[in-house]
Amino acid sequence: MKWIASALFAVLLLSLPFFAGDFYINLASQILIAAIFALSLNLLVGFGGMTSLGHASYLGVAAYFSALLTSRYGFGHGAAALISIAGTIAMAAFFGTIALRATGLGFLMITLALSQVLWGLAYRMSNVTNGDNGIAGLTRPAPFGISLDSAGAFYWFALIVASFAFLMMAIFVSSSFGSSLKGVRDQPRRMAALGFNPWMIRWITFIYAGFWGGVSGLLFVYYNKYIHPTSLSITSSAEALLGVIAGGTGTLGGPVVGATLVLLLKNYASAYIERWNMLLGLVFLFIVLVMPTGIVPGLSKLATRFRK
Amino acid sequence: MHAPLGARSQMQFWIIQGLNSLSLGGLLFLLSSGFSLIFGLMRLANLTHGAFFMLGTYFAAVAMRTYTGLNIWVTALGAGLVVAAIGGLFERLVLTRLKTNPLGQVLVTLGMSFIISDACLVLWGGDSIPVPTPHNLQAPTRLFGFVFPTYRLVLVGCAVATAIALYLLMDRTRLGAMIRAGVDDRQMARAVGIPVSNLFTIVFCLGAGIAGAGGVLGGPILSAYPGLDADMLPLALIVVILGGIGSLLGAFVGSFIIGFVYTFGTALFPELAYIILFLPMIFVIAFRPQGLFGRVGA
Repeated sequence: MKWIASALFAVLLLSLPFFAGDFYINLASQILIAAIFALSLNLLVGFGGMTSLGHASYLGVAAYFSALLTSRYGFGHGAAALISIAGTIAMAAFFGTIALRATGLGFLMITLALSQVLWGLAYRMSNVTNGDNGIAGLTRPAPFGISLDSAGAFYWFALIVASFAFLMMAIFVSSSFGSSLKGVRDQPRRMAALGFNPWMIRWITFIYAGFWGGVSGLLFVYYNKYIHPTSLSITSSAEALLGVIAGGTGTLGGPVVGATLVLLLKNYASAYIERWNMLLGLVFLFIVLVMPTGIVPGLSKLATRFRK
Repeated sequence: MHAPLGARSQMQFWIIQGLNSLSLGGLLFLLSSGFSLIFGLMRLANLTHGAFFMLGTYFAAVAMRTYTGLNIWVTALGAGLVVAAIGGLFERLVLTRLKTNPLGQVLVTLGMSFIISDACLVLWGGDSIPVPTPHNLQAPTRLFGFVFPTYRLVLVGCAVATAIALYLLMDRTRLGAMIRAGVDDRQMARAVGIPVSNLFTIVFCLGAGIAGAGGVLGGPILSAYPGLDADMLPLALIVVILGGIGSLLGAFVGSFIIGFVYTFGTALFPELAYIILFLPMIFVIAFRPQGLFGRVGA
């Protein structure tokens, strides 16, 4: 039963471009990008117990790197992507070294401060980043000569990357390393007593999460062909965190569901009202006060009760 | 380098920048002292703090535009009370429900900051609204042949006065003693009959109120504009991370360090000011993760 459902879902995902209009295909691509981003944040928040409010840094920096390298310095997309990801990883390693000096709220505040500094840089260093105008006129890559300019082609590309990302992160959390990460989240002192190095485990996870954040940033800039400092803003980090928490931290499906909901809400709400930030704030209040454990754990609790 | 400038105008540049640093430091203290107090007692990173500050600035901008000639001190008092009331309501109605969920509390303050900043945008539009400098403080002060903007001098004085008042409140009054007891050991404080929940509300109101009043006093320098909260919050975070979260002295010293670093960074290397802002924070975190005046385990 479960297998049939999964297979049907896979077929639905794969065949979406054949029956849906461009608007919905593009929406689905955006959902895939947001899902990778939320999944990578969930490695920190859910599995590592490190609540970061600066995850937009990785998305934004990878996107900016790629945009600058391709548009200004004449790099090809392949080389630009490699350098962007390498730069993002280096930055994650550096930020991780700083932020992991603290845990809990200190960690949250440091990640927030670091990402706000990057956001300020993107705004103020206008001779490099073009400031508030953003960088426009970018192109999409053409892997193996296949153009990604049509909505369907880009969707399949995003689907491949997202499936791979999902798989890799699923393997990561179910590996023995993933178990030690959960151990460090729940009982850091016992883990240290057992001979594990909690700091190193957190640091590696931080970098790994930064890496996938960077991948989602590349997809983000390919999709939009445009990058603006708002991608680095606290709103961007907060949307992802809301997706993770709304969906359910520490689950693999939760962030995907949560990111989907946040994105749909953002798209549909912005058709009717301009006040996305206010709505985002209200949804935050609602989620935290009404369903603090998230949708997916709530539903699975319901499902087990139903089976009995 | 500055051939046309004489040594005297060079000197004037450094003095003015120094004073600007001091006044920014003073503003940052008004912002971060409340943040630090709240964090110390409630173990809550209040991300609404930048929005409280902005609310104060808008309050001043709109009130003084409507009633020209309104006294800035009266406005600061009024805005402080209004923002304190908003903070108190928020604490009573929302934060107390999340006592057992510290992450939820932070997220709620973040949500609240989005709501406030968007509400300001709806109510007062996207253009920046200036806050007039008080008439009697507009004339520059001359000291030793150098010219000083009087308002900035007064602002530094305000910050120092607030610091002294807060110190006296925390160190010399019964309320302060209760707050310190709550900071040191919340459960023990409860056990000896200190109403810690009421203290939470008082401290949250106090912190919000200082931020609101600080927003008014910062108005003539910064003026009210959308995004002011997002500009101020990271500065407050950096100040308290630098000075030690929960420490009043740390907030005071950290504010002036960041005031100097940011002002001189902006004046000398305008593009890199944000990176320079980083440096003291990174340095402190590397060698003293609890901050300059923070306590281990706080």
